[in-house]
Amino acid sequence: MAATRQRSTEEKEEQEQQEGFGRSGVSRRQLVSMAGGSVALGAFLAACGSDDSDSGSDSMSNGSGTTGTSDSSMSDDSTAQFGEGDIGIMNYALTLEYLETAFYEDVAKSGLFKGSDLETIRKFGSQEAEHVAALTAAVKKAGGKPAAKPKTEFPLNNAKQVLRLASTVENLGAAAYLGQAARIQSPDVLAAALSIHSVEGRHAAALNTLLGKTPVPDGPFAAPAPAAMVLNAVQPFIVS
Amino acid sequence: MTEPKTNTELTHPELAAIEVDGTERSDVLMKGALAAGAVFGLGAIGPFVRKAMAANGSKGDIEILNYALTLEYLESAFYAEALKKAGLSGDLKQLVTTISTDEDAHVKALTQTIKDLGGKPVKAPRVEFPYSDTAGFTALAETIENVGVSAYNGAAPMISSKDVLEAAGSIVQVEARHAAAIALQNGNQPAPDAFDKPMTEAQVLKAVQPFLVS
Repeated sequence: MAATRQRSTEEKEEQEQQEGFGRSGVSRRQLVSMAGGSVALGAFLAACGSDDSDSGSDSMSNGSGTTGTSDSSMSDDSTAQFGEGDIGIMNYALTLEYLETAFYEDVAKSGLFKGSDLETIRKFGSQEAEHVAALTAAVKKAGGKPAAKPKTEFPLNNAKQVLRLASTVENLGAAAYLGQAARIQSPDVLAAALSIHSVEGRHAAALNTLLGKTPVPDGPFAAPAPAAMVLNAVQPFIVS
Repeated sequence: MTEPKTNTELTHPELAAIEVDGTERSDVLMKGALAAGAVFGLGAIGPFVRKAMAANGSKGDIEILNYALTLEYLESAFYAEALKKAGLSGDLKQLVTTISTDEDAHVKALTQTIKDLGGKPVKAPRVEFPYSDTAGFTALAETIENVGVSAYNGAAPMISSKDVLEAAGSIVQVEARHAAAIALQNGNQPAPDAFDKPMTEAQVLKAVQPFLVS
């Protein structure tokens, strides 16, 4: 399939979106269902490999945010594997928060950072742990069974690579929440997700800044990422 | 489907969008519920909120979009002025230029979206900002961006249209990113809390009141 042609269509759509959200929503949605998500994923993976000289074993270390993503609402049913409706979405988010929490724990223990960088890593890690606790409680409250903590493993070879990975994970996390916002049914779940979403955005921006990158890699409008793409991107870090 | 003007809108167009309770919107209950939920964002909001929202339809969305547009106009003017007056240079100037471009794009997109939905975009409010040096500017910028994040997070659950909600989400993430980048400039925590607390329109209005000239 001509991924580049698809990509340029998406860019055009994105431009249209910046001129008026209401108008282009339908066509974006149609585009996504035609593409079935796989093109967006391909574009994401291609973008990941494009600007790194020392990525090594880190398969997603571009650190500049998610690109090539598209409208994710409605057609994105990859959260169903975690449960139905809002419970599935919350368990999907919980899985990502578990992953982030474990990542920061491993990084804090790695000895690669000290001083204010280590402080920031600990702070972000403790905030992810709070997200885990809140989502676990919210899933239970909704009558669901919280997703199990995944076993994870991260490549922690040097400080710069770790910061890049952190930036990628946070940018992806922010895009993941944004990708689910319009699918959430319950206003209280939505309010909770939004209050976490913007914090993930803050983490991503801070890490981008530490790396000398722009805090707003998507420009004026952050791009959402569908669950299928996100889950595929974090797959290398999930051991079981 | 033109938006009928309320009295407030006729007398103070810049305030109409950030009025606490539009008479049409039966949102006293909703706001109380959201305020309760705002403590942690979880659990406290009941199913009646959904019902209230369903009754609003896209008319409510236009009001919310105009509320957002007013805030974006304020931010846009704030950064445009700063680029001329705040004595910026180097990385900070570059950051502010980026943020300024983003806020202008938000104004444009919100204006167009309101028109597309058959509404009438509010006019830019008259504004003034109390700072006299670069440090004063960056301190104020951090406050204004944080208010912006809380305003979107507070209003978004009341949005009916999925497209409008996704657009608001896309913008609020960028506001949060601005807030974090500016906080780092100020030597502050980029993410002070694990949860960004939502603010009601009343709280936001109070916070931006000092910058609105009537």
